[in-house]
Amino acid sequence: MPQIPAIQLRDLHFEWRSDLPEVLHIPKFEVTRGERIFIRGASGSGKSTLLSLLAGVNLPTRGEVKVLGETINRLSGSRRDHFRSDHIGFIFQLFNLIPYLSVLENVTLPCRFSQKRKQKATRSGKSLIDEATRLLAHLDMADDTLIHRPVTELSVGQQQRVATARALIGAPEIVIADEPTSALDSDMRQAFIRLLFQECEETSSTLLFVSHDRQLESLFGRHIALDEINRPAQGDH
Amino acid sequence: MAIISLALKSLLNRRFTASLILVSIALSVSLLLGVERLRVESRNSFANTISGTDLVVGARSGAINLLLYSVFRIGDATNNISWNSYKKFSENRMVAWTIPISLGDSHRSFRVMGTNRDYFQYYRYAQKRSLTFHQGQPFDQVYHAVLGYEVAQQLNYRVGQKIIIAHGAGKTSFTHHDDKPFEVVGILSPTGTPVDRTIHVLLQGIEAIHKDWVAGRQVAGRKISAEEALQKDLTPKAITAFLVGLKSKIATFKVQREVNNYRKEPLLAILPGVALQQLWDLMGVAENALLMVTVLVVAVGLIGMLTVMLAGLNERRREMAILRSLGARPGHILLLVTGESMVLSLVGVTIGLLLLYGSLLLTQPFVESQYGLYLPITLPSLREWFMLGLVGTSGLLIGLIPGYRAYRYSLADGMSIRI
Repeated sequence: MPQIPAIQLRDLHFEWRSDLPEVLHIPKFEVTRGERIFIRGASGSGKSTLLSLLAGVNLPTRGEVKVLGETINRLSGSRRDHFRSDHIGFIFQLFNLIPYLSVLENVTLPCRFSQKRKQKATRSGKSLIDEATRLLAHLDMADDTLIHRPVTELSVGQQQRVATARALIGAPEIVIADEPTSALDSDMRQAFIRLLFQECEETSSTLLFVSHDRQLESLFGRHIALDEINRPAQGDH
Repeated sequence: MAIISLALKSLLNRRFTASLILVSIALSVSLLLGVERLRVESRNSFANTISGTDLVVGARSGAINLLLYSVFRIGDATNNISWNSYKKFSENRMVAWTIPISLGDSHRSFRVMGTNRDYFQYYRYAQKRSLTFHQGQPFDQVYHAVLGYEVAQQLNYRVGQKIIIAHGAGKTSFTHHDDKPFEVVGILSPTGTPVDRTIHVLLQGIEAIHKDWVAGRQVAGRKISAEEALQKDLTPKAITAFLVGLKSKIATFKVQREVNNYRKEPLLAILPGVALQQLWDLMGVAENALLMVTVLVVAVGLIGMLTVMLAGLNERRREMAILRSLGARPGHILLLVTGESMVLSLVGVTIGLLLLYGSLLLTQPFVESQYGLYLPITLPSLREWFMLGLVGTSGLLIGLIPGYRAYRYSLADGMSIRI
């Protein structure tokens, strides 16, 4: 059985308003399952827009967004929301966590919105809390006192690890990380990415890593610049 | 349900502002209900002033005027009724009993009322309750007096004490009937009606103290002592008004017509219930104004909630974007914000209700002793439930405003947070 690609974009066009210039025009882009890909782009290059299209939060003006074989731009709004919570885990730049929830509540949050991820997380007969604790332990967050502290009191690095555990719980097929390391110093950056790789390997998730930081791209199997696939940035439209 | 528990946790995280909102909603709700209760109970107590009396008869004037001076002891009669007219109607075959009332004198600003012993037998207030004695017994002699409860309380009078009646009803009177003191023989139990503020004596007593008076002045050289007065004929020549109890209610209008058409003297008979209603309607404006003010206070409380929620919304855009990325639908975001206002108004209303009952428990004895107003501690009335429901629903509807804004934000922001 041929592997269905994780992500397939076909002739994708996007503009915020019809009187504004096009932000994205990607004729063709594909990511295979299990791949770790680094997408480089300066701020304002349309990175966040691309991610919101992949997540199904925004819809392309024209073209096709296929995620795991599903053409998500043809799904209804609520189906897209479901699809996102079932199959994609997100890690953002900063302030990733819900301040009024505990560490464990933050980690298990995706399972409140997705039955599928809840089932996957508890498949081996463990409770959701056990699974969250296991993930945190893998990310060097085993310390009990850390887990019970309010998330606002954690260091930036610790917060990012909690966010990572949240993105990974219930083994989503795709993990999208949007500048997750920009708030970390360079030693922590490397360590963080290694942990992220390790976890994605274990759950055989596809990793989409978006950043402007060239130093990191050598760590990835495949790296591209957004400008290479995006026509408006190349100035020939 | 997951969203509601998130809303609760989020509220708990902002417990300081949330509790301020709760306090303002709870206070305004308890104020609204308190005013409503006070309004209903004062209306009831007002309607309870007199009962069992079918007609009140006095000299011809206005119905409300007659009610005010005969029942509430407010203002003065325009004219008297002759003893003969009173006699004639009290012997009417449809009349079961009558209570004569003679007003005009006072004691330290409490009105003195001349009547007879039938008063204690037939007078009814509230739900047909008759007068009972706190101490002592009814009068049976000319110089005996029975005090209302409040008179005895305020002036600290006891049975056996002598009191002097002043001429006229003013607060300070310069002419006193100090040659004919009265002895207190009884003190009535509290009723919460003007009876509590009345000093009762026999009609003959009123007659006796005025025996040597002509045209409102004591005539010099014609002084009659207390003992001498007893020897004279003390049948009054006139009274101020009288209360009528009929053998059958069906005869009410017939007797009323007879009184109003009486040829020898211009008289007026009123149905106390109808006149009470008319009087209350006069006060309806103030009553509605008060209710209006408390409704506005509730509105201010709810607008306070709206302000705080709208102000906090911008800070929470990040939180909502994260939730969106985790699969929360825009509808969830709407529910998250609206659920908060739902929780706030429900809890606020509940605390308000508890506050109301707490303050009722605390103030009930005081209000009863000071104002003669009994505030029963009962479950909320249908009208009160309706008010509570209205506050809750308004809270929910107001919550839709920030809810809708959050919904719009979450559609526009998506997952990219521009802060």
